[in-house]
Amino acid sequence: MQWEIVIGLEIHAQLTTASKIFSGSATTFGAEPNTQASLVDLGMPGSLPVLNAQAVKNAIKFGLAVDAEIGMTNVFARKNYFYPDLPKGYQISQMELPIVGKGHLDITLEDGTVKRVGITRAHLEEDAGKSLHEDFHGMTGIDLNRAGTPLLEIVSEPDMRSAKEAVAYAKTIHSLVRYLGICDGNMAEGSLRCDCNVSVRPKGQAEFGTRCEIKNVNSFRFIEKAINHEVQRQIELIEDGGTVVQETRLYDPNKDVTRSMRSKEEANDYRYFPDPDLLPVVIEPAFIESVRGELPELPAQKRERFESQFGLSAYDASVLSAQRELADYFEQVQQSCGDAKLAANWVMGELSSLLNKADLEIEQSPVSATQLGGLIQRIQDNTISGKIAKMVFEALANGEGDSADAIIEAKGLKQVTDSGAIEAMLDEVLAANAAQVEQYRASDEAKRGKMFGFFVGQAMKASKGKANPQQVNELLKKKLEG
Amino acid sequence: MHEKTLAELSQALRSKAISSVELTQHYLKRIEQFDGALNSYITVTPELALEQARTADARIAAGDAGPLTGIALAHKDLFCTQGVRTSCGSKMLDNFIAPYESTVTQRFIDAGTVMLGKTNMDEFAMGSSNESSFYGPVRNPWNSEHVPGGSSGGSAAAVAARLCAAATGTDTGGSIRQPAGFTALTGLKPTYGRVSRWGMIAYASSLDQGGPMARNAEDCALLLQAMAGFDPKDSTSVDAPVPDYSASLNDSLKGLRIGLPKEYFSAGLDSATAAAIEAAVKQFQALGAEIKEISLPNAELAIPAYYVIAPAEASSNLSRFDGVRFGYRCDNPADLTDLYTRSRGEGFGAEVKRRILVGTYALSAGYYDAYYLKAQKIRRLIKNDFMAAYEQVDAILCPTSPTPAFRIGEKIDDPVSLYLTDIYTITANLAGVPGIALPAGFANGLPIGMQLLGPYFSEARLLNIAHQYQQHTDWHTRAPAGY
Repeated sequence: MQWEIVIGLEIHAQLTTASKIFSGSATTFGAEPNTQASLVDLGMPGSLPVLNAQAVKNAIKFGLAVDAEIGMTNVFARKNYFYPDLPKGYQISQMELPIVGKGHLDITLEDGTVKRVGITRAHLEEDAGKSLHEDFHGMTGIDLNRAGTPLLEIVSEPDMRSAKEAVAYAKTIHSLVRYLGICDGNMAEGSLRCDCNVSVRPKGQAEFGTRCEIKNVNSFRFIEKAINHEVQRQIELIEDGGTVVQETRLYDPNKDVTRSMRSKEEANDYRYFPDPDLLPVVIEPAFIESVRGELPELPAQKRERFESQFGLSAYDASVLSAQRELADYFEQVQQSCGDAKLAANWVMGELSSLLNKADLEIEQSPVSATQLGGLIQRIQDNTISGKIAKMVFEALANGEGDSADAIIEAKGLKQVTDSGAIEAMLDEVLAANAAQVEQYRASDEAKRGKMFGFFVGQAMKASKGKANPQQVNELLKKKLEG
Repeated sequence: MHEKTLAELSQALRSKAISSVELTQHYLKRIEQFDGALNSYITVTPELALEQARTADARIAAGDAGPLTGIALAHKDLFCTQGVRTSCGSKMLDNFIAPYESTVTQRFIDAGTVMLGKTNMDEFAMGSSNESSFYGPVRNPWNSEHVPGGSSGGSAAAVAARLCAAATGTDTGGSIRQPAGFTALTGLKPTYGRVSRWGMIAYASSLDQGGPMARNAEDCALLLQAMAGFDPKDSTSVDAPVPDYSASLNDSLKGLRIGLPKEYFSAGLDSATAAAIEAAVKQFQALGAEIKEISLPNAELAIPAYYVIAPAEASSNLSRFDGVRFGYRCDNPADLTDLYTRSRGEGFGAEVKRRILVGTYALSAGYYDAYYLKAQKIRRLIKNDFMAAYEQVDAILCPTSPTPAFRIGEKIDDPVSLYLTDIYTITANLAGVPGIALPAGFANGLPIGMQLLGPYFSEARLLNIAHQYQQHTDWHTRAPAGY
């Protein structure tokens, strides 16, 4: 049987606000346990929540970016359950009236096609603390630093049809929230976490199959692996005559399996009700307009502009626009050298592989955009060849000079374009390889073509790569024919 | 000294006829003398009180005194007081030393008052008789066989027995007004949002409101002045100007329109209480007020609505008492579930458990619409009733409870009959409107209370009406025999 995979994602994005969503505590990651927990975060008797306006603003930014309805009156509700790292015995979340309603997001698939994924809703909520099971000798430690950290839970429609689509969607959300500056996107620190709802159905069947939810997948690679694994599990189960049970599963990246956490029957009745400690949040249209005015150019807009303004290919434009910092870097290089295509090639080629090798973010690039722009300028004005340029780039990366010019000067890498000098050098090369010259001259056209490369190589070697390759070609041809 | 009202003490302190240390010592002595029998205090804080009294005397000497500087108060034991046990009348918080100060008590500290201690109350403010306290029942100073009302029963008894100049209370369904009525005090439940709830341990967040309990309206005005005002730490606190509550106390009642809700004068109302209200009506007429019959047609739905909403909120509010971070924890928990079930099972009393169960049920999947949502709709209807009534009248007059204080133990095994004693007070909480309770007579030596309800933020007018009544009656000046 042909199976169709149906995937919807719930992404929890931790909002970058200076303080927590309902208290004044800081939200810095990695502080000493329980040093960033106030009376409110500890759930102290008599303490009360006060909503952080920045969290509301961040949520609205996201809503506007996905073209969603904004909940002009949105309501915080209590989600009641007991857990040691949930101090109040309830999580303040949003249920019936979320801050962001229906919207959509276009994602670019690997083959370049664009797919529109529906956003069901996005709501604000507070994060829980952490239970620490190690180092406590059979006991559990509780760290409430994270309790009360603002989260935006972004719920998609079940629109994805493969693990790769799900990853593309997650990456697009990741890129978007970073563009908006509302989430740092640091998945290793848990700033962006993903729950995957996965089901399968026979191709052509209208109704959805029973879904399983895989909780807390924290990397793009794991999203793909977890989904593929879960899909396989469900298909095998059904094909063996079984049925999928609605349940929550956990992905174990070490063993690459998902395992059951709790079934639907065991699921909590969260007893949601509007939080009486918080008034409904009423948003004025003027506020929305002011937030709209603050929105940066978004990835999709940037991609289109890179195509139309710079004539980049769809692929190059989408790679360069995926990350705000990368796009900014590219644009700086482009501005400094004036050649978008060369800039794109260098950023996506040499620079990217350098960063990958060193495992660095673009912001940590050892070669600045101005330096790279300066280097490209020297290629454009024939000061150096492309080959020498790579050497200069490496030298820049190693900190051997402040600018391409300085390195070219210091290392004497300036390209030789004086045809007299090149001719003299060529004469020496030909004299040193007299036998090959004889052979060349005796050969037919086809054979000559092959042999020509040998002389070019020898010539470039003799010039230490500095001779202008075009001139070498032309003059060499003339001399050999001569 | 204890015969004096708060306003009189304020004069005496500022004229240096007495010192705050003397006043404090006097009350501490009285507490020692009487409270063994009354049980109105859970915690007495003599050292803190005397330290605050010395500070107050220094302020008075320096000419830096307000009307409350040096006045000795008691606070209901659900206001968090830093460094002092805040028990909420529960075993659950018997070991809870609050790490911070509530806004209400902080405002009193800023005003220079002295805290004598923390008063007894129904456990987590759930009750109308002060019998659900982990620390035992409080006795009514007017008759020790009778309850002082609840949940602010300790505050009521302490003020009535002159064991403090005045006290704070909180009112979720009548917990200031009903005990004030049972002990011949004047007690004010402000408009919801007028007094900050920060640091006030929640029972039902959308209904809870702190307020003063004192000997008369004039004292309540002075206390409310300190308590009222916007608090950025409480999202439900209202940012509205606070009037001078004492300034309008002597305004004339001529032309005042008082409404009598016909639904409140039906079967079930004790005849002595009905007679006392009738006499009060005559008094108000004599003062120039106009009396009108009005209707609050949905009032009969108030009790069922309240006993869905309040327990629903309570079931969630009390989830934080889980034995993990503070409060009671059972011995040797076997695992997490055991820790939860035994800590809560052993830490909470019967009435609290009952309301948690009721509230959990009302919020459960499949029942939410039938109970919680319906109750909220009733709440809206009741609010609309009040809004319609206030188009015709300026204030509503009615009893605080159907009968005077009942006997200790009389209703403890019949929760529904106990719930019904709140029938006249609950509507104001559901609608969020203010109400003042004050004494209107006595029957068999027990006080009869009445209350005046007003539109939102009409506290100044309510205090004015009560004060004018008290200028022409002496119920509020009577003291229980032996105190």
